[in-house]
Amino acid sequence: MRTVLTAIMLAAVLGASASEIHSPAQVAAGNAITIQTSGSGDATFYLIGPAVASKTKVQAGSNIPVDSDQLEHAGRYVAVLCASDGCTATNFSVNPAAANRLSFLVHPSRIPVGSAQGISAVAIVRDSYQNLVPKPEAVTFSVMAKNEKQVSAARTSENAVAWVRLTSAKKEGPTKLGASIGHADEIRVVQQVAADACNLRIKASRAKRGFLIETDPVHDCSGNPVPDGTVVSFSGSDNGGKTTVDVPIKRGVAKVEMPIDGPAKITVASGVVTGNELEVAGGQ
Amino acid sequence: MNRLLPIILAVVTLVLIVLAWIQSGGVERREMQSANAPDQAVRLMFSQIKSHNYDAAYARLANRGDVDRNAFIREFEGSYGSLLTYSSLESFDVSPLHTGDQESSVRVRLHYSTAVGPLDDIRDLKVEKNGDSWKVFWPVNNATKLPPQVIAVNYLRWDVIGRGAGDDWGVQNADTPQVRILSMNAIQRPDSVVLVGEVVNEDSVPAFVNVGATLLDASDNEIAQESSFDKIAHKLLPKQVSPYRIDFPGMRKEKIKNVRMEAKALLVAASADPVIEVTQQKLETDPLGKKVLTGQLTDESGQVVDIPHVIAAYYDANGKVIWVSDGYLAQPLLPQVAVPFAVDLPPDVAKEVHSYHVVVNHFERVSS
Repeated sequence: MRTVLTAIMLAAVLGASASEIHSPAQVAAGNAITIQTSGSGDATFYLIGPAVASKTKVQAGSNIPVDSDQLEHAGRYVAVLCASDGCTATNFSVNPAAANRLSFLVHPSRIPVGSAQGISAVAIVRDSYQNLVPKPEAVTFSVMAKNEKQVSAARTSENAVAWVRLTSAKKEGPTKLGASIGHADEIRVVQQVAADACNLRIKASRAKRGFLIETDPVHDCSGNPVPDGTVVSFSGSDNGGKTTVDVPIKRGVAKVEMPIDGPAKITVASGVVTGNELEVAGGQ
Repeated sequence: MNRLLPIILAVVTLVLIVLAWIQSGGVERREMQSANAPDQAVRLMFSQIKSHNYDAAYARLANRGDVDRNAFIREFEGSYGSLLTYSSLESFDVSPLHTGDQESSVRVRLHYSTAVGPLDDIRDLKVEKNGDSWKVFWPVNNATKLPPQVIAVNYLRWDVIGRGAGDDWGVQNADTPQVRILSMNAIQRPDSVVLVGEVVNEDSVPAFVNVGATLLDASDNEIAQESSFDKIAHKLLPKQVSPYRIDFPGMRKEKIKNVRMEAKALLVAASADPVIEVTQQKLETDPLGKKVLTGQLTDESGQVVDIPHVIAAYYDANGKVIWVSDGYLAQPLLPQVAVPFAVDLPPDVAKEVHSYHVVVNHFERVSS
C-alpha cells in the first residue's frame, strides 16, 4: 500500500514539473525583470508578493516580463506558472533600493531652554518606494539655530534607524533640525521656550480703583523673556477679604488693579514659582 | 344604551379635567388667591412664576413702579445665555422670618433644575399689606451697567494647526501640552472617598486638562475609576493652576491600597481673555447656617461671561489641599460689574481651613 502511494505521488510530482520557471534570486525594488519559462501551450502566470497578486495568460516556454511597478515593495515574491501539465513555482527576493528618503521624527516640538538631552531626533531610512533600508547608511543630522552657524554630525543607521539626542540651547527661539541622506533632506522646527519665571518681583503704585500691582519684566533664570499669555497669579488680603486674579503676561509684564481696603499683603506666583510679598495700605 | 355611552364619556372627561386641575395646583392657587397672609402672597407669586405667568406675578409686586417688568422676568428666565436660560424653576419653599401687621419678611428658597444640575437660590423678601391683601416688595437691582463704549482687548490668542490628513508619515505635529499633578490628597467622607489636589499646565501653550484616578486594592486590582468631570478648570493657560476633585461614592478608604493618577491634556485653541477678578473672599456662615466661601467676581474685559463657574481649593496650615468645592453662578458676568458668589464646604473641613484659592472657569454660548 505504501509503495503504491509513493508511486502515485512521484508520478504527480513528475507530471507537475513538466513546465519550468526561472527567476533571478535577488532583485532591487523598482526594477523590471524577466522570468524564463519552459514547456509549451497556453499557461497562466501568477505573481504573489507583499503588496501584489496578479494573474496573466501567457505562453509556456516564453519569457514573461514583470514590470517595475509590480516589484516596488521589498520582500519575498512567488512566481507560479500553471500549464496543462501542472503548476510549477519559484521564489525570489526583492531587496530595498538605495536609501533615498527619510521619515524624520523630532520630539518634542516645544522645549524649555537648557533641557539636557531633551530633544530626540530619529531618522528612519527608506528607499524611493518607502521600503525600510536595513543595511547601515550614514545619515547626516544638522542643527540650524537662528543667527548661529550650522552644526552637523553623521550617524550610521542600524536596522534603518539613526538617532541623536540634543540639549536645548540657553536662548529661546525656534531652531531647525535637519536630517539628510541621498536626495532626502528633511527639516523640523523645535520651539525653545523660556523656562519657569525666575526672581519674580512685583511693585505697587496708587491707581484710580486702589493699587496698580505690576511685575517687573518676567524672565527665566537664563534671561529669556517668559512668553506672553503665561499666567501670573496675584493674591491680596485686606480688611475686605482676599482678592485673587490670574492675569496673563502682556508685553513682558503682568499687571492688575486691585481694590485695597486698609493694610494689605500682596503676593505673586506663576505656576509653582512664587515671587516677593508687598505690604501696602489703602484708604478705608 | 345609545344614550348611556355619551353620558359615561362626558362624566369621565369631567373627572379627568378636575383631576388635572388639582394636580396642577389649582386648589392651592384658588386657596392662595383668597389667602391674606404674607407667606401665602409669596407662595402665590412664585407659583405663578413657576407656571411662567409673569404678568400675574408682576401684578403681585408692591413696588411695580420701581421694578422693570422685563428685568423682573429676566431674574427667572436668565439673560445673555446665562445658566438660568438653560433651567426651570422646579420648586420653592417659603418660610416666614418676621410677621407684622403691616409689614413682614419671608424667606423663599428656589430650587432650579439646570443643565449642570440642581441650583438653589435663597431670597429674603419684604411683604407689605396693601388694603386687604399682601403684596411682595421686590428688591430693585441697582447694579451699575457699563455705558456703551468700545473696550480694546489685546490679550494673546492661540490657534492650532495640526498635521493634515495628506501629510506624509513622520511629519511633525504640535505636541500635546505638558501638565503635572502638583498634589493629591485622599479624604474619607461619610458617604464617599474624595481625591482633591491641584494640577498645573507647565507648558507655554494652552491645555484642555482632565484628571482621572483609578483605585487599586491590595492585589493591585482596579476597584474603581473616576474623573474630575466638572470639578476642575479644564482650559488652563500656560502656568495656570487648577484645583481638582474626584468623588468615589460609596467607597471606603480602607479598601484602597494604591491610587493611579492620570492627567490628560490636549492642545486647544484658547484666548487669554477674559480676566476675572475675585474680590472680597471670606469664609462665612450663610443664613441657613452653612459654612460658605463668599466673594465677588468682576469681569475685567469687555466680553460677557455667560456661565461663570467658581472652583475653590482650601488648604490647611501646612499648605495641603484639604477640600475643593465648586458652584455655578446663575447670572452672567457683565463687563466690569461685580457679581456675588458663594460656594459651600463641609463644617468639619471649614474648621481646618487656613487659606484658600479661587479659580474661575467660564462657559460661553457659541452662536452658530
